[in-house]
Parts: sequence; C-alpha cells; structure tokens
Amino acid sequence: MAAKNKVRIKKFLLYLVLISGSAVFILPLVWMVRSALMDASQIFIVPPIWIPDPIRFGNFKTALDTVPFDRYFINTMIIVVGNVTGAVLTSAICGYSFARLRWRGRDFFFGLLMSGMMLPYAVTLIPTFLGWRTVVGPNTYLPLILPAWFGGGAFNVFLIRQFMRTIPKSMDEAALVDGAGYFQIFRHIIFPLSRSVVIVVALFQFLGVWNDFLGPLIYVNKESMYTLALGLQQFIGYYTAQWELLMAAATMILIPPILLFVTGQNYFIKGIVMSGLKG
Amino acid sequence: MAAPAILGFFIFTLGPLIASLFLSFTDYSITNDFRVIGFDNYRRLFTGEDNFFYKALFVTMYYVVLAVPVSLTAAFVMAMLLKNHVRGRMFFRAVFYLPSIVPVVATSTIFIWLLNPDIGLLNQILKFFHLPTSLWIYDEKTVIPTMALMNIWTTGGTMLIFLAGLESIPDQYYEAVEMDGGRMWHKLTAVTLPMMTPTIFFNLIMGIINGFQSFSEAYIMTEGGPNNASLFYVLYLYREAFTNQRMGAACAIAWVLFVIIMILSVIIFRSSRSWVYYEGEK
Repeated sequence: MAAKNKVRIKKFLLYLVLISGSAVFILPLVWMVRSALMDASQIFIVPPIWIPDPIRFGNFKTALDTVPFDRYFINTMIIVVGNVTGAVLTSAICGYSFARLRWRGRDFFFGLLMSGMMLPYAVTLIPTFLGWRTVVGPNTYLPLILPAWFGGGAFNVFLIRQFMRTIPKSMDEAALVDGAGYFQIFRHIIFPLSRSVVIVVALFQFLGVWNDFLGPLIYVNKESMYTLALGLQQFIGYYTAQWELLMAAATMILIPPILLFVTGQNYFIKGIVMSGLKG
Repeated sequence: MAAPAILGFFIFTLGPLIASLFLSFTDYSITNDFRVIGFDNYRRLFTGEDNFFYKALFVTMYYVVLAVPVSLTAAFVMAMLLKNHVRGRMFFRAVFYLPSIVPVVATSTIFIWLLNPDIGLLNQILKFFHLPTSLWIYDEKTVIPTMALMNIWTTGGTMLIFLAGLESIPDQYYEAVEMDGGRMWHKLTAVTLPMMTPTIFFNLIMGIINGFQSFSEAYIMTEGGPNNASLFYVLYLYREAFTNQRMGAACAIAWVLFVIIMILSVIIFRSSRSWVYYEGEK
C-alpha cells in the first residue's frame, strides 16, 4: 500500500512539474495573443485582465495600415522561395555526390566543408558584405538568395549525405546496368527516396530565412525592400507605447512558422535529432 | 556534382576568411583608400585604446558563463521529465520546442512587453505575490542575467537532442543498477550521466559558439544598453563596421573572436578525453 502511494505521489509530482513548466513556456505566446486582441484601454489595467472583452480583431488591420506588412511579406517570400529552392536542389546534388559517387579528394573536400561549419559567421561577415557591395551594389536580395545555390550550406549537405548513405548500393548498381547516368540515378532513384530528409532541409531552411534578422539588416536599407523581420523591428522603434499593435504584428509574423511546425512536427524533430546524434 | 558546394566553400568561406585576415591589418573604411597598418588594429584593442573592446568581451563572457550552463541544465531536466512514458508526451514536447521556432524579432518584441518594468506581466506577477520587482533589461546589473534567463525559453532544440540521447540508452543498464539495489540517484550518476556525456559535449560546444555570437536580441531589445551593459561582442563588431564604418578594425575584432572560440574549443576537446565516454571504446 505504502509503495503504491509513493508511485502515485511521484506521478503526481511529475505531472505537476510538466504542466506548470509548459504553462511557463506557453505564457509569453498566450500573453502576446491576448494583448493583440485587446483594446488599448484594457491593456494597461492593473491587475491584468486575461480575456480581452471585447475581442478586437481590428488591431491586425490597424497594424497593417500603419506599416506595409503585406509588402514586407511579399519581399520575404521572394527571398524564401529563391533561397529554399536553391538550398534544396544544390544540397541534394552535393549530398548525393559526397554520399554515393567515388571521386578523388571526395573525403578531403567533405572534411573541408564540415570544418567550415565551426567557423564563426562574424569572421566572414565583413568581407562578404564588401564583396557583394562591389559586385552587385546595395539593395538587392542577391546576397540573401544566391549563396544558397552553392550547396545550400554545409549543414544541409551533411544531413543529406548522412541520409543517402543509408540507401542500399544495389539500387544504383541496377540502374547503372540498365544504362542510366549518374544524374538520372539521382533524379529518378535517390532523390525520390530521400524525400523525408529533403523535407527536413526545406523546413529548416525556410525557418532560417524567415527568421533571419542580421542578413536583411546588413544588405537591405531601402524601406520598400524590408523583410517582415526588419519591418517589425522598425515598428518597435516607432510605436513603443502601442502594445496592442506591436503584439498584433508579432502574432502575424509568427503564424507561418507555427503552421509549418504543426503540420510538419515529426520532420522537425527528426531533423534536430539527426543533427545532434550524428554530429 | 559536388562542385556547387566546393565552389561555395571557396567563394563564401575560405575567400572571405583570408580577406578578413588581410583587412584586419589595414585601416579600410569603404570611403577612403586604405593602407596597411600592421598590427595597429589589434594593438588598439588590447591596450584598451578602444574603450569598448574589454567591455564587450566581458559582457559576452559573463553571458556565456550564465546562459550556457543554465540552458543546458534546463534542457536536460526537461528531457529527463519527458523520457518517462508520460501521457501527453507529444503535447509537452511540442510546447517546450515551440518557442525555438519563433523569429528572434518576435521573441524580442514579446519580451520587451513582458519585461516592461511598469506594466509588464512579469513584474505584475511578482507584485501580486508581494515579491520584489526588477528593472530587468533596463538595469545595468540585471540585463545580462535577464537575457540568460530568456535564453531558456528557446532551448527546445537542445532538449530534443538530449531526449534522443536519453532514449538510446539501453534499458538493461538501468535494470542492472536496480538488481544491485541502486536507487534513482544511482541510475542518474552511474548510467544516465556517463552515457550522456557525448551529447552533453556536443551541446556544450554548440552552446558556447552560439553564445559568443549572440547579436539580434541585444540589438533589438537594448541596443547594447543600458550604459553598454549588454554590448555583446558581435554587436560591438557590428557597430564598428556599419555605424563607424571602420571595416579594418572590425575584421580585427572578428579575428580575435575567432581565436577565442578556437582556443575554447581546443580546451574543451582536450578535456573531453577525461570526461566524455564513448561506447565501444576501451
């Protein structure tokens, strides 16, 4: 009896900690949504009101009218589409080559690529900036898109290579016998089989670009070319006291990542686990 | 077919790396012609002629020393809680991870609001329980600890890596401890922690590298203030490069950071031989 009670108490404590822990984690987001739906007069009432009354969806519209977030959304999407397409295609091809083709210096170059991952981004930041400035000038999205077309980042190449190494070699051999070239094997066999890891790369790349702040900050200074992240940051500076609008804007910028997370949760988790365990 | 990645490495990594080393020995500043000035940029940093160098270094180290252990511990505890076959595990895991995908600009916006000394939720809660309130990011003394605490909120990725590590520990090991009459404490110290050292090691290295390069939170929330108390190293570098237009000096600042991170990594790698346990290695 005593032992049974002990197990029960333990279980109870476990759930208590888990529930209060997740309450703390979710609280900032709840508070954000709550403030986004509130009348400016309600927001400052002490002690705080939790449920907005009346619920004001108008804050979203006001925020959109104050700052052209629709324009910034399109800008962000241009970068996202250009960048993610490049990253997925080229990291898949490069990962394929590192995983399944034999060529001289393959492992050396792979090691070189991986060593680049340890490099602090701050070290290459300034010359890269100066380089882009001389080659294409300020205020283009090229510096935020084009690099993704060169292998899509060492980390993505790594993820894809690890995955493709697990596909049985007999697959390619059979195709080779049938007279298929390496690119055909990639296109028709390996790439389709690697769907899950390609989705992982696409999701993380999307998040990386969507959430990027430093990149647009450095390369874009014309207001009409701002991304959502830059737009929101500028919004903070201008409307510090209008919390309901700021929170409405923050909520809007958060919706796409959350939707992605909800639909692709398992891919997210798989991707992170892969990066941690095999790294 | 690996050409894009290799080309990319030379154009976007190795090339800029060498260029940055070269520039760090010049007084390049976009507008003027530049000349090579030897170690002058570095001398200015280390002799303290540039007032902000040691300040930024101190701020960043203080942050790393606080944030990395706190976040790692929090992530580890969360993973330990979820390791048991709890009901609603998927839900809890999602809730703990969710903040990690929030854009840093949004995170900063939310926390500026939560941490507002007069009307922010956090101080209201403290007042409700008659606890002392704080100025949080608006006080020189509390700004870095506050940011280290904030960092816990986005530690979900680390938690997932820990969780995967915990789940790969075979049950027999725990059963063996039980047979010897070991309790929870023994399981933790004799099985869990030793088996987890490779994962802890990985997360520690990544935590330090990322911690040293924190930028956006400080840029958005405090702009380095109050009184430069949150002047993170990369924020200092950014100012030097893009506000003061001193590109050469900024490259020297970047190289000092690079060397610091390298030295720390080497120290941790060396020390890892004595505390990281790899299975199958005798």
